Amino acid sequence: MSETVLMDGNEAVARGAIAAGCKCFFGYPITPQSDIGEFLSKELPRIGGVFVQSEAETASIYMLYGGAMSGERVMTSTSGCGFALMAEGMSYISAAEVPCVLIDVMRMGPGIGTGGQQGQTDYRFAVSGGGHGGHRCIVLAPHSAQECFDLVQLAFYLADTYNMLVIVLTDFIIGRMAEPVEARAIEFGPVPVKEWALVGSANKEGRTDRIFGGASYPPRSVGMSVPAYHEHQRDKYKKIVETEVRYDTYRADDAELLLVSYGSSARACRGAIDIGRAQGLKLGLFRPITVWPFPKGQLREAAERAGKVLVVEDSIGEFVDDVEFAVMERVPIHLLGVWGRHLPGGSGIIHPERILEEVKKVL
Amino acid sequence: MSTEALEKVTICETPKLKSFLPIMHCTGCHYGMIIRIICETVEELDIGGRTILLGGVGCSYAWPMMFNLDGAACPHGRAPAMATALKRIHPENILITCQGDGDLGAIGLGCFMNALVRGEKLTTIFLNNAGYGMTGGQMAPTTLLGQVTTTTPEGRDPVAAGYPLHVAELAATMKGVAYSARVTVHTPANYTKAKKAVKLALQKQIYGIGYSFVEFLSACPAAWRMDPKECIAFINDEMVPEYPLGEFKNVERID
Repeated sequence: MSETVLMDGNEAVARGAIAAGCKCFFGYPITPQSDIGEFLSKELPRIGGVFVQSEAETASIYMLYGGAMSGERVMTSTSGCGFALMAEGMSYISAAEVPCVLIDVMRMGPGIGTGGQQGQTDYRFAVSGGGHGGHRCIVLAPHSAQECFDLVQLAFYLADTYNMLVIVLTDFIIGRMAEPVEARAIEFGPVPVKEWALVGSANKEGRTDRIFGGASYPPRSVGMSVPAYHEHQRDKYKKIVETEVRYDTYRADDAELLLVSYGSSARACRGAIDIGRAQGLKLGLFRPITVWPFPKGQLREAAERAGKVLVVEDSIGEFVDDVEFAVMERVPIHLLGVWGRHLPGGSGIIHPERILEEVKKVL
Repeated sequence: MSTEALEKVTICETPKLKSFLPIMHCTGCHYGMIIRIICETVEELDIGGRTILLGGVGCSYAWPMMFNLDGAACPHGRAPAMATALKRIHPENILITCQGDGDLGAIGLGCFMNALVRGEKLTTIFLNNAGYGMTGGQMAPTTLLGQVTTTTPEGRDPVAAGYPLHVAELAATMKGVAYSARVTVHTPANYTKAKKAVKLALQKQIYGIGYSFVEFLSACPAAWRMDPKECIAFINDEMVPEYPLGEFKNVERID
């Protein structure tokens, strides 16, 4: 059963979480994602859930960590500097291997940036895993409200499947842009039972469990050895790279120039492709949906087929690093970044027309 | 002397909630006694099946391994946030955080205070040994004035390093706190009082009244560079005058 509802990406994230059975949210206000918490502060108590406004992102991330230990599906959301404050906790969650979901609605620039306006400048931080100690997080990058709704549900499924933190990386435009969304719960199949959940030994036939976030005290089922723990993590990440890559293409089959982009910038690219195609330019789009694991091989093939690549992202160039790494200098790569915005100030966006202008320079 | 077998009567044994692991703390450290108090109290209140014990960073990090209870180790200072989530999600569980003075008083003071502001139904066991034990004896917020540590080689000078932090008194000022006390285990009489305080604190959580807090003044022979007997004297002569013992708050309800 489903209904079509007009909602923006932030609301779609919140509704998608509820559709996935998440009843627990811990968060701190920061533009441009505060409305996710506002929405859930109304909705979760109605369905017997838990909403806590924390005193800082340093607390939100540990409420998420503690909440995940309960065995319930739990979520937080943040942006920019708040995301940075969560870094240590992201590392602990990854070390302890408890499943949970983090939404990062990106804003612009380092420091306070532009005070919460559009940008895609948390990319490198997110795909790095976000914290110390060399861990990884799956990162999903929706480019529409519908994908926000759907990918949050996928995020919970992947989190439970691999016992890890999954990040959904949206941005100001995706978060604040209202579109019709087919609101339906997606059935992904069974996930492992959380036998290790901290619910009190009386609820586990007397068995007790302890969760530690570190290699000296490895997670369940991994032997008490530092190499064994790290080999276990390596194997897990390798399996994810082999099986969980997701991407999308748009009119890319016969393209002579491949636009490579994600999130809101990918939406602008689709506009540029449609205008360009009407003018006889063979343009196509390659859009990673998982930015970690990155669709390296698939992008390389598409790039080689087209012969030229133009990367579009609303930053000074972060995503382009992954594109270069995937394409391995086999075709030239050009970048249109934040300088492509139509206004020079703190505002403005990269319009399809500007992308097309850049395309014509490159072709 | 009779050769008949003597009848053996158990007068003292390892608590059932104490795990098989040995106490791994230094000789003369009081943490072993505090672990026993927690075990015995949780047993007496018959809440072991629904209790989750969270350790902090430092010497309490491995505490979850010391108990036959569900538990987790928390990053430095963040136990109250983690306990908040666990308690809110499953309110029938009893949450105990065990945190040192660097953990709760320095890096985690904001996290702790905000849990009090929210009036969470948690119990915190605060281990005040006037310094950082595990990292080798640096100054903590609770270090006494004039006390020599590895980062106050001339003694703690208030001009450079401020004044000792009184957490039990601070917690008592918060509306959401139902119980706040400071205890020691440096004499048998004080041990008995300490156990009563822990029991009362847990009862405040069991009955959902408010946050409960027990501060232990505890010996750290390694950081203090003292033998166990000198530690007892230090607690008695130096710490207790700075950190008075007793209850600072004990209410039956919070309106």
